Amino acid sequence: MAMSAQEIEGMIRAALPDAKIEIRDLAGDGDHYAASVASPAFAGKSRVQQHKMVYDALGGKMGGTLHALQLTTSVPK
Amino acid sequence: MAEIKERLSGIVAKDDVVLFMKGTPLFPQCGFSSRAIAILDHCGVAYESVDVLQDMEIRQGIKSFSDWPTIPQLYVKGEFVGGSDIMMEMFEAGELQELMAEKKVAPASDSSQRSTSHD
Repeated sequence: MAMSAQEIEGMIRAALPDAKIEIRDLAGDGDHYAASVASPAFAGKSRVQQHKMVYDALGGKMGGTLHALQLTTSVPK
Repeated sequence: MAEIKERLSGIVAKDDVVLFMKGTPLFPQCGFSSRAIAILDHCGVAYESVDVLQDMEIRQGIKSFSDWPTIPQLYVKGEFVGGSDIMMEMFEAGELQELMAEKKVAPASDSSQRSTSHD
């Protein structure tokens, strides 16, 4: 059961309301996406912590329903 | 759960650099795993790879061991570093190379790329 780009963005935005989110569908199969997420909430956090914040926002779907998400996180300048 | 945790602790402690991946360095079975191998090869360090596709207990156990939901997973000197995306970000920023140097990780030799599936 794949996920839509809107669903992914909605879940991330629910947890990180101020984030700037870009989602790209890499394969058109609803299973392989790239996402870049920029949020002030990442400030002072390690890359692992930043990525975990996004994975937590996806509510355990990462690695299961959502097979592949190429993720880039950043803090807006 | 304790048994697999002990098993995994042993695996990540045995070598300076351990990559849990899908497939082997020669035959990676997923794009993220093959990208992780390419990054390690560029770093020029010796590493041990573990093919999680050969062992479901490791494949699931490693995710709770590191509290990280995906494969591949990189460990340096027993510490979780990240998955493929973080390896790429660190490599592009030169941070992965710095980490390897700081932790005095052994350089790759011709025969250093061993891959095992664990008993």
